[in-house]
Amino acid sequence: MTTRQWLLADSPSSKLQANLGRGYRMMHALLRNPLAVVGMVILLVLIFAAAFAPWIAPYSPIGQNLGERLLPPSFEHWMGTDELGRDIFSRVVYGARITLMIVALVAVISAPMGLLIGAIAGYFGGWTDRILMGVTDVFLSMPKLILALAFVAALGPGIENAIIAIAITAWPAYARIARAETMTFRNSEFISAMRLLGASHARIITGHVLPLCTSSMIVRVTLDMAGIILTAAGLGFLGLGAQPPLPEWGAMISRGRTFILDQWWVATMPGFAIILVSLGFCFLGDGLRDVLDPKQGGKS
Amino acid sequence: MTLLSVENLRVSFPTPSGPVEVVKGLSFDLGRERLGIVGESGSGKSMTGRAILRLIRSPGHQIADKMEFDGIDLQNRSERQMRQLRGARISMVMQDPKFSLNPVMTIGAQIAEALRVHEKLPRRAVRARVLEMLEAVRINDPERVMKLYPHEVSGGMGQRVMIAMMLIPQPDLLIADEPTSALDVSVQAQVLDLIDELVREKGMGLILISHDLNLVARYCDRIMVMNAGRVVETCAADDLHKAQHPYTQGLLAAVPRMEETRDELPVLDRSQWSGT
Amino acid sequence: MTAISLRNVDISYGDTKIVHGATFDVAEGESFALVGESGSGKSTILKAIAGLAPEWTGDIDVLGQSRGHGVDYRFASRCQMVFQDPYGSLHPRKTVDSVLTEPLKIHGIGNRDTRVKDILNAVGLDQRFRFRFPHQLSGGQRQRVAIARALILEPRVMLLDEPTSALDVSVQAEILNLLKRLRAEQGLTYLMVTHNLPVVGFMCERMAIMNKGRIVEIAPSTALHDGSFGDPYSQSLYAASGGNPDLKEIV
Repeated sequence: MTTRQWLLADSPSSKLQANLGRGYRMMHALLRNPLAVVGMVILLVLIFAAAFAPWIAPYSPIGQNLGERLLPPSFEHWMGTDELGRDIFSRVVYGARITLMIVALVAVISAPMGLLIGAIAGYFGGWTDRILMGVTDVFLSMPKLILALAFVAALGPGIENAIIAIAITAWPAYARIARAETMTFRNSEFISAMRLLGASHARIITGHVLPLCTSSMIVRVTLDMAGIILTAAGLGFLGLGAQPPLPEWGAMISRGRTFILDQWWVATMPGFAIILVSLGFCFLGDGLRDVLDPKQGGKS
Repeated sequence: MTLLSVENLRVSFPTPSGPVEVVKGLSFDLGRERLGIVGESGSGKSMTGRAILRLIRSPGHQIADKMEFDGIDLQNRSERQMRQLRGARISMVMQDPKFSLNPVMTIGAQIAEALRVHEKLPRRAVRARVLEMLEAVRINDPERVMKLYPHEVSGGMGQRVMIAMMLIPQPDLLIADEPTSALDVSVQAQVLDLIDELVREKGMGLILISHDLNLVARYCDRIMVMNAGRVVETCAADDLHKAQHPYTQGLLAAVPRMEETRDELPVLDRSQWSGT
Repeated sequence: MTAISLRNVDISYGDTKIVHGATFDVAEGESFALVGESGSGKSTILKAIAGLAPEWTGDIDVLGQSRGHGVDYRFASRCQMVFQDPYGSLHPRKTVDSVLTEPLKIHGIGNRDTRVKDILNAVGLDQRFRFRFPHQLSGGQRQRVAIARALILEPRVMLLDEPTSALDVSVQAEILNLLKRLRAEQGLTYLMVTHNLPVVGFMCERMAIMNKGRIVEIAPSTALHDGSFGDPYSQSLYAASGGNPDLKEIV
């Protein structure tokens, strides 16, 4: 029996096989979507660049060489050099690390937070719902970037604080989705059945409600990643995110602004990187939505 | 006279493991009579009803050697020509009125719309026809009901409104797909009696699609029993209890009776006819 | 001994009263049906007994103990419920195995592997279904899983809410046979809600006929043989369901 047959078995013989089989079918469906594959490739390149930055980058990202200031793209400097003579390609490659860290940390902090708050509000309803959603609405009503700015201003500039600020501003949208989704099945028979079996509320929420919200959450987070990268870049651009000499893409654009008319590559190259990665996340998110959409009930 | 003639109708849906046929070569002729199509879920009975109106949604695919309605070749008609036919000459009543009626339009407006799409009439004449139709489906106080929205009426009344909507352009053929399975038993009989009466009065053809053998036997002249996309048996409704095929017999026996004394209900042995 | 006893139970949702003064007793080991059309309040009574419709007044006793108004951990092992919709009563992302193991975990019962195997046998499901997801099962198989889930805690009272109305007739026959056999084997008490009178004739000994939130009549199921109902509503329901064609004109 091949691995493929084992994975696609109609009657799996263990829990592990059943779950792996489901994952395999989803992966299979995802790979049939060309845009999703493009998205995945872009993200793999990003991860690869971040992991092997010291080997990929031909120069140091912070080493200055004032003799080679503002050189246009050439064979030696693929993306040219900036105002301090640093190789832009190397900086963009190292910047992947920062971008990836921002994205991962924001996802790890804000998605579970939003998920939990939304699920609790949707599951219990009544006053719990009103209070939690009231708080959510307060956060939602303020523009994301402005709120992040306020937090960074209060916490002080720096990459960690920027991440915290973005995470704090990102969760309300997830809470809304999780709540809406929970409401659609909180009165369903399988939840009633669990209650009648004597399961506690905590058990039902963590074991039965959350797993059903996660797939739409994964899709949403993936689609939001583009926005998060842009917010981080925006903070960097305003000088409130990563501080020099860290090669953060937004900060790089900000520095390049001064020379944008004469030395276009300084601002444009990190800009391309931002667009490409955002696009990658969007493509992947779209593909994931087709595969994970709860309306398909996981039949893939 | 033959109203509808179908030969070798096939409906298939693509799946990752190749196309799956849900209707496998169905042929029948229908005059101005009442035909019942009976089968369990997945037998292809609803798909047959939809295929006649060419309503199989993509990625589903239908082909037939012949599909002719009153001398019109249904297969060669453009989508636009089909739209003119649907409603005007062939109507369909679906299972649940809740999903078939537009929630933001009054009942009167919806029925009038059904009429106006196919006929150009002055407003007063439209109104008169709508009132007449609502009376025909035995809605008391049609003036009031016309102004109601679908959520303001009961399931039985909603289904009667649906029937009014479907019958007002005076079609020649009515396809009723499980028209009463969302309704209570007492309302079920009323709705079916109503369909029956209107069909007889106007001399229309009726295709009644249902999972309920006894119900179909009561309201149809001829019965087609379907299983797994094929017709297993066709018989006159009165002869249903003399059914030959083990599947039909099994279905009949599996229904609990009012005067039930059996300790155990006979269960279909599916291996018996699989492959036929 | 009475398994379920209701005395003057009024149930409401918000300001609307759904059930008015429901009073009946179900003996232990009996199979009792609540019959009526949609909106008659029959399912609401079931929910109130289970604890899912908390707004009620009156007395509800199950197996000699008074019921509280909510869901109750210890009640779970004495009384369980099977729902109508086999497509909605199973979690779409859980395998049959985890559906059946979860109640055992909640109640700290060991020896789970054997118990799951035994219960699958009891409800007539092959072991190869054990690690399937609900979308890999047919309607009848799902309903068997739902029955297995209800039975795995070995309750003595089962509340059945239209357990076969969403199924095909041939599958309905299988599930009805299964429920009947399980009751005989395990001495269960059934309280079953249905709109289908012939099913009552097959499954139950007595029935309460409900109309607009009130019980209009409690009759033995033998009344279905000859239509000997006292109340005019019961007679009309009987006639509409296809019993005794002579009476049909009343409707």
